[in-house]
Amino acid sequence: MNDELTTDPSKPSQRMRAGSLHLTLTPWVVAAFLLIVLPFVFTNNSAITIMNQMWITVIFALAYNMLLGQGGMLSFGHAVYAGVGGFACMHIMNMSDFFASFPLPVLPLFGGLFGMGLAMIVGSFSTRSAGTVFAMISLGVGELIAACSVIIVAFFGGEEGISGDRTYAMPFFGNEFLQPIDVYYLTSFWVLLSAALMYLWSRTPVGRMANAVRDNPERAEFLGYSSRWVRFYSFVASGFFAGVAGGLFGINYEILTEENLNTASSGVILLVTFLGGVGFFFGPIIGAIVFTLLQTVLSLQTELWAFYVGALFLATVMFFPGGLAGVLMMHVPAIKMGKAGGLVVPYIKTLLPALIGILGLSALVEMTFHYRHAATGDNEMTLFWTTFDSHAILPWVIAGVITAVGLGIARVTAPALKEAWSEANSAGGKL
Amino acid sequence: MSTPALELSGLKKSFGKAEIIRGIDLSIGKAERHAIIGPNGAGKSTLFNLITARFPPTSGTVKLHGEDLTGLQPFQINRRGLSRSFQITNIFPAMTVFENVRCALLWAQGYKYSFWNLVSKSRSLTEGADAILEQINLLERRELPAGMLSYAEQRALEIGITIAGGADVIMLDEPTAGMSHSETDYITDLIMKVTAGKTLIMVEHDMGVVFGLADQISVLVYGEIIATGKPADVRADPKVQEAYLGAALEAEH
Repeated sequence: MNDELTTDPSKPSQRMRAGSLHLTLTPWVVAAFLLIVLPFVFTNNSAITIMNQMWITVIFALAYNMLLGQGGMLSFGHAVYAGVGGFACMHIMNMSDFFASFPLPVLPLFGGLFGMGLAMIVGSFSTRSAGTVFAMISLGVGELIAACSVIIVAFFGGEEGISGDRTYAMPFFGNEFLQPIDVYYLTSFWVLLSAALMYLWSRTPVGRMANAVRDNPERAEFLGYSSRWVRFYSFVASGFFAGVAGGLFGINYEILTEENLNTASSGVILLVTFLGGVGFFFGPIIGAIVFTLLQTVLSLQTELWAFYVGALFLATVMFFPGGLAGVLMMHVPAIKMGKAGGLVVPYIKTLLPALIGILGLSALVEMTFHYRHAATGDNEMTLFWTTFDSHAILPWVIAGVITAVGLGIARVTAPALKEAWSEANSAGGKL
Repeated sequence: MSTPALELSGLKKSFGKAEIIRGIDLSIGKAERHAIIGPNGAGKSTLFNLITARFPPTSGTVKLHGEDLTGLQPFQINRRGLSRSFQITNIFPAMTVFENVRCALLWAQGYKYSFWNLVSKSRSLTEGADAILEQINLLERRELPAGMLSYAEQRALEIGITIAGGADVIMLDEPTAGMSHSETDYITDLIMKVTAGKTLIMVEHDMGVVFGLADQISVLVYGEIIATGKPADVRADPKVQEAYLGAALEAEH
């Protein structure tokens, strides 16, 4: 095995090249295939709208991770670049004469250019340092531009925002983008293109140096690179792709408001990116998919969805700082050694009771919410396909017992899982 | 006389009221191996940091190949052909050994802030980095994260990063600090090999290394150079012996 790993110094570049091409192309082909096929699996319009939102969030989260994960810059105001890109696109939509001769699929490019333009202005002073100073400037600029939405009404449209109609664009090969499915393929095209470009960016000299500056700005300076300019280029590129996401948002929803700019939106994208994992390129993609699903599907089930997302985020930060991608990648060594099979049974033994316990806990949370907030006299609630009286004792006892037993079993079986884990991750041994 | 590689004149540095570097004039010729020695707290590392613009000097000038470096930033000085290592190992610990060296090659090979080249497609980057790895004997560690190397290997890697860009003035800050005898010998040979034909300036405590490598020695005591000259002359200088060298030399023999 070692013979394969050590390189032949005489011709290392060729080996590298062959290897890396083979490795990098496969996921993209799979992604393209999935993007094309998914609407045939999930055919109804609401599913397609959810996927549109998902891909937009994917682009935005990947753009955000160019700063957070790859550049080591924590931004609290990144929504403004997506927002300004989106507003610019809405204005293009509303220039009826110009827009009538404008193919809609090109519009996100303009969103990107406006996001990039703003990022160049802000980045010229905010990227002088990373760390707290950068974070505070990003927060300040974010607040400033969000506040502008009620001051510069001509651009931001005040409280109503700016709305438009994408179907006034020049038909694109006869397509007027009337249906969500048309927009779906437009969005899919952009998500694949943007993700590929952002991935390639991370393999360029400036992308590699972004990592170097993140890890050790001083050493990078003594290698001939100005850490400030390296950060600036990352920031501008991130602003571009955020603007693309904003433009796609405009095309999808045909309206942008102050909400697209504010600190809450900036916070959401930070949460999405971190949840998915900042350490791996595909982390934010997972984060965006999981978050959008929670936001759309879970919010239909419970008003408290944000509470659960918050709990999940907190658990991720505390126990898995590598995010969901980090959890997945943790298993790679075991899989490579062919020992991952030994984890299946211990996982079921611990995670299944834990899941049941957590569901019991969430039942208690829901019942408390219902008990406190339902209209007086409305004592009936439905939870997990069961209707019961939230003011009676029995449901509380049942939920409490399920919680205690589920978490209790998980606690008892956890040491065995831990043992199986270290067994699966140590070289040699049995199996 | 040709322009010296590095010329310091009237260099001073104070932190608050404390004067750490108290007026240094020093001229280091091309392809010279110059060691700066002195007791702890003499200001050797501070002097290094002044030359490389890690701190600005309070007064005085640094000239590299006759060009005044005043007001330049570290990355600009590096681009003019001066490269340094640090007293405390300063590498990119999360990156692989190979990536560390490749990053050190990027500017020198003219890639600048390029976002239209892929680093893995560049034959000159890959081969250049592998050539450096071979020189510093880390080819087998190529794919390991640099932070997982042993201390001596990390020091060797830092020397590799320092020389990778092809700078002709190399500054090493205590390259053998904290090493065992065999490691020290290894690093000394390595320094000898990779700095051939280049100007070398180093701070070093180990007198064996100093007398083995240097053709000129400067003794820095309390922010002033009390003697500069060939190793034998410096060794014989009574001022030096009184101030510093005596004890160290006795320990050596």
